[in-house]
Amino acid sequence: MTLNPNLRRFFSEFAENKVALVAAIIVLAIVLLALLAPLVAPQDPYDLASLTLRDARRPPGYVGTQGYTHLLGTDAQGRDLLSAILYGLRISLQMGLVAGAIAFALGATIGTTAAYLGGRVEAVLMRVVDLQLSFPAILLAFVLAALLGQGRWPLTAALVAAQYAYFARTAHGAAVAERQKDYVEAALSTPLPGRTVVLRHILPNCMAPLLVVGTVQVASAISLEATLSFLGVGLPPTEPSLGMLISNGFQYMLSGRYWISIYPGVALIVLIIAINLVGDQIRDQLNPRLRR
Amino acid sequence: MLGFISSRIIQALAVMLAMSMLVFLGVFAIGNPIDVMLAPDATQDIRAQAIAFYGFDRPIWEQYLRFLGRLLQGDLGSSFVYNIPVMQLILSRLPATLELTLIAVISATLIGVPLGMYAGYRPDAPLSRFIMAFSVLGFSVPTFWIGLVLILTFAVTLGWLPAGGRGETATVFGLEWSFLTADGWKFLLLPALNLALFKLSMMIRLARSGTREIMLSDTVKFARAAGISEWGVLRHHVLRLILVPIVTVFGLEFGSTLAFAVVTETIFSWPGLGKLIIESIGSLDRPVMVAYLVLVALLFITINLLVDLAYAALDPRIRRGRNA
Repeated sequence: MTLNPNLRRFFSEFAENKVALVAAIIVLAIVLLALLAPLVAPQDPYDLASLTLRDARRPPGYVGTQGYTHLLGTDAQGRDLLSAILYGLRISLQMGLVAGAIAFALGATIGTTAAYLGGRVEAVLMRVVDLQLSFPAILLAFVLAALLGQGRWPLTAALVAAQYAYFARTAHGAAVAERQKDYVEAALSTPLPGRTVVLRHILPNCMAPLLVVGTVQVASAISLEATLSFLGVGLPPTEPSLGMLISNGFQYMLSGRYWISIYPGVALIVLIIAINLVGDQIRDQLNPRLRR
Repeated sequence: MLGFISSRIIQALAVMLAMSMLVFLGVFAIGNPIDVMLAPDATQDIRAQAIAFYGFDRPIWEQYLRFLGRLLQGDLGSSFVYNIPVMQLILSRLPATLELTLIAVISATLIGVPLGMYAGYRPDAPLSRFIMAFSVLGFSVPTFWIGLVLILTFAVTLGWLPAGGRGETATVFGLEWSFLTADGWKFLLLPALNLALFKLSMMIRLARSGTREIMLSDTVKFARAAGISEWGVLRHHVLRLILVPIVTVFGLEFGSTLAFAVVTETIFSWPGLGKLIIESIGSLDRPVMVAYLVLVALLFITINLLVDLAYAALDPRIRRGRNA
């Protein structure tokens, strides 16, 4: 495999930080487990035929009527929690990645366009973004999710609306700096359309800070989605993300059946912290001020 | 300066108007409150009467203008569910949220600033590393999850503190406060801790980065040269300098914590504003939803306006305004 030398240096530098390396491996492992959930999970948690109420709310290590051990116990419907968590991770990751990607595209477009056009358009667009950044993202997402109703797309829309502003601000900051450089002036003096200059010249040079914001925002989208689902304004019960699993177990926690809520929560925070650690390392590596 | 102030105030009013319109349209879009308010076996006559009584048969712009007109007179309508004026409902829930938020933000500042200053003063000490690891944890773990763990640990396993509710309150100025009774504190402790953890992490980071920067500055060099003790340097010079951004953030964060309380209040069944809005979304209580959202928008727009004006008073470059 031939790697670009810059990319190779990036990876070897990344590997120097053991914590970040472990975090990256954890993230990859979780993504892999989530992708392969139907193959590795002991049970299809949404196949109602395989559930029996006799197995409901059993503690970790219980050997169920199906003959295998429920390593993390079972929930109120007799679902194997490990399987439910693996399937829940799929949904949580999917929501986080899709919302993150759309917010990325939207924010980058708004930010670079504002920087390119300048003048009144820039003033209005960035004023709206700044205004939005002064509201807590969770409140915005919460209100939107409540107004738009339950479901995958309404929730994605709420997450995107809460997050695009971070990308727009970052893209705008980077693009304004690039806009004044000679190579952009040179490209603008050719008959290339403005759109091409933005896409081919300005945007690629704004990618580094955007990617850093991107990792952090994916983690925060996953956390937001879990919070909204926990509050009951997120995904419908038919699509149980990790937040929903935690919420389902909440009522049993007061009677000491901690595992129904706690294990999905552990999966959630391990994922979020690992993504954040990877993001921190990428940020440090791409920050020219910390360059050795 | 006067031009700047008036332009900012006009901007804020325009944003407020736009927000009220968005909120009204958004709330209007969800569900039909008549279905929730009337029994399913209500006759057509009763239905029509109720619809006419609440004005649901009017075009939406007319409903909006009426709402706006009443809003300007401070009348936010009546709750469909509780059948009392929304203003009264919100005021009755406000003290619970207010005391929770205040205790959370103040304790986060009082604990977070010294910890952050220590971590900035001795960045390589083991305790500093521990403090920073703690702040990373507090930053990335979702609030509702921390709340669950707190309940599991202190209420279920140890049985030291109650898992939810508000407990005994004392009445002062006609409002009920928990922090005046010993029993109330027992109920306050866990939710306040839950709400404070995120802010605590933020205060630690702020104080740490500020302290690190100022420790390298000439101010500290000269103070040391003058023979002032390390403690004196930290107290009289570093603390005083990092206090400016911290006070700013304190103000901004107070607003966002008030909004954030939705999550904590739900987990701990704390009868405040956050719980009210969750309940009113569940029961499609439109006037309460609209009022809550409009008030929160008003709160944030006011805070932002004040921050803008304060900065303008401090920095002449902003006053002239490049694109405002």
